[in-house]
Amino acid sequence: MSEKLYNNLLFQSIFLMSFLILVGLLIPNWLVFVITKAIAYGLVGLGIITLMRGGLVSFGQGFVFGIGGYTAGLLGTQAGLTDAMLLLFVSFLFTGLVGLIIAPLLARYRDIFFAMLSLAFSMVLYGILIKIDAIGGSDGFVLPESTYFGIKPSSEYADYILYVVAIIMTGFISILLRYYYDSTPGLIALAVRENELRVEYLGSSAFNVAVLNFTIAAGLGGMGGALNGIALGHIDPEFTYWTTSGEFVFISILAGYLSVPAVFLAALLLELVRSFSGRYFPDTWQLILGLFLILSIIFIPSGIGSFFKQFFDRLKKSK
Amino acid sequence: MNFFRQCLILISSILISLLTFVGISNADGHKGFKLGVVTFLSGPAAEPFGVPAWNGGKLFIKLLNEGKVPAPYNKKGFGGMKITAIPIDESGGATKQVQEFRNLVQRDKVDAVLGYVSSGDCMAIPSVADELKALTVLYDCGTPRVFEDASYKYVFRTAAHAAMDNIAIAKYLIEKGHDISSIAGINQNYAWGKDSWKDFSVSVKKLSPSSEIKNELFPKIFSGQYGTEISALMNSKAKVVHSSLWGGDLQSFILQAKPRGLFKRTQVVFSAGDHVMPGLGNKYPEGVILGARGQYGMMAPDTELNKWFYKSYMDEYGVFPAQPPYRMVQGLMGLKMAIEKAMEKNGGKKPNKDEIAAAFKGLEFDSPGGLVQMKLGDGHQAIQPHAIGTTAKDKDGNITVTDIVRYKASCVNPPNGIKAVDWINAGFPGADC
Repeated sequence: MSEKLYNNLLFQSIFLMSFLILVGLLIPNWLVFVITKAIAYGLVGLGIITLMRGGLVSFGQGFVFGIGGYTAGLLGTQAGLTDAMLLLFVSFLFTGLVGLIIAPLLARYRDIFFAMLSLAFSMVLYGILIKIDAIGGSDGFVLPESTYFGIKPSSEYADYILYVVAIIMTGFISILLRYYYDSTPGLIALAVRENELRVEYLGSSAFNVAVLNFTIAAGLGGMGGALNGIALGHIDPEFTYWTTSGEFVFISILAGYLSVPAVFLAALLLELVRSFSGRYFPDTWQLILGLFLILSIIFIPSGIGSFFKQFFDRLKKSK
Repeated sequence: MNFFRQCLILISSILISLLTFVGISNADGHKGFKLGVVTFLSGPAAEPFGVPAWNGGKLFIKLLNEGKVPAPYNKKGFGGMKITAIPIDESGGATKQVQEFRNLVQRDKVDAVLGYVSSGDCMAIPSVADELKALTVLYDCGTPRVFEDASYKYVFRTAAHAAMDNIAIAKYLIEKGHDISSIAGINQNYAWGKDSWKDFSVSVKKLSPSSEIKNELFPKIFSGQYGTEISALMNSKAKVVHSSLWGGDLQSFILQAKPRGLFKRTQVVFSAGDHVMPGLGNKYPEGVILGARGQYGMMAPDTELNKWFYKSYMDEYGVFPAQPPYRMVQGLMGLKMAIEKAMEKNGGKKPNKDEIAAAFKGLEFDSPGGLVQMKLGDGHQAIQPHAIGTTAKDKDGNITVTDIVRYKASCVNPPNGIKAVDWINAGFPGADC
């Protein structure tokens, strides 16, 4: 019985979540903030990984990241909606809907054509956003401080509460995604990756898989964008710029497509390396960051997730 | 398998060493004064702007710590406290800067942050600064909106905003009898560029209602290529072309427009034009009307403090100081004066941010560029005297600035409580020239 519980995904996840929430009380405020930001980036990375399982890579996740961020920001400034949880959820749904609308167009393409078309979408959005002065143009705008169930936490605790909210919402989304990955449509995605033609002959639709995955990726990206915007308190068109999209691709490559938690770890690692190289090497931080990217691609080509998988495989074998 | 295990060990050791780093950075003593300095250290704004600014700041902090600055700045460091500066790169956009700012305040626990050249960053930082209750000095950025659209408790700007630059240039054009029957502008598509153009075009319209606007161009910041814009400006045949381009953008614009004869055909005015002079040298065009965003560099006043600063900078770096180092030093001087004023009040203890903020409000201090008065935005926004000049070649063939006209601070800055644009529209009521 106890062994069964130990292997139960739900139990593991809730254990991990409560552990992280407790750890959040012990670590300094800045690290809480960095982890929240890593969760935001990780969510977008998770979206890309969902696509990667079906053999697609999007170079334009900045598109959904930006839509999510601006949705949360505009709801906050224009409609006076400041509840963080509600904003995250609405951004998730709205961006998912946008994803569903453009997915049929994108899903007809594969490989570099898919990547470049998604990139084009994000850069078109960027071009539009910097031209709209009513929402700050290229300066972006400041978000109002967020509330939780109508209560506005004092500034000492605001970061921690957002961190808890982010962990809980992301935790449950990750669980759902794990179930999705292991479900029939989720496994068909892997088959599409291997041999699309054969999947079609077996009676499944590769097109539908791509649409579904893109919609999920869009929703996740939107939620990540909203979380990032709420955490920073500021939003600008840089959210949709291609360099931002590039970071997401890097996070997913660093994580690999085998494990869900690995994505968040990869995002955290990138965030820490970037912020510390900026702090200790202000003149050459790009060089340090570049070296880190190159080294991690050379030495961990299949991603951090491959460590996890091997670790668990060995655990099973040793039993 | 072994290889993977090693990788795992490698990663965890990286993480552990990062965490120790954190421990060290948090552990060092709080006896001195920790100052975060944010300026462009990479990208197109670094070489002409961010790096000279930080060079000036670095030199001044070193001399302050050694107690080698003339009166009234002769106390060591900030009121006897040794200054430790943490430089941070400003490139990467406002969102990244908000994050870096949080890192400085929450992780490095700095006592104050001095920084921000880009107006976009200055629009984003203050609300976070107040939220985190972090003392912040904006040393350069220009958009008037920072303290016109909102008020902040812990944020101060020790330099005048962009309205002054553009009002003074409009006045200069008229005083010197230039033809302003038609004007055109090329400004970057963000807060600074848009506000600069608005202030300039409205000022010209107010002073000479018959002049017409030919062209309003807003290229993206850091775009670096202006071929099409230069063609449009040449075709518009406007008598005056106004630009608030700065940094690498201004350098590129000058280098691309000069061979096409733009500077010969029209009167070009640069509202922040002097800081690329050390880099461009004699490639800088003649006959350009320019401001330095204050009495800086070649337009600096003939005071003891300025002579000392000009010489120290020249001796250290071999070029003359233009706007950027003046601005950063001005910010440091303001902060120093506020801290020392607060220390006088509390009996010489290290003042907390509330005490410093209270002392900073409405402060007046001498700088190499003249008297700085924190008069606008309820004592949070500085005004300062200004100077406009025209470039010319001296007898050795070097580019210098001649025909300098000086303006009192109260002549080209709005009084407290009135937005710059409203003040211009109302016809500069109460201007004391």
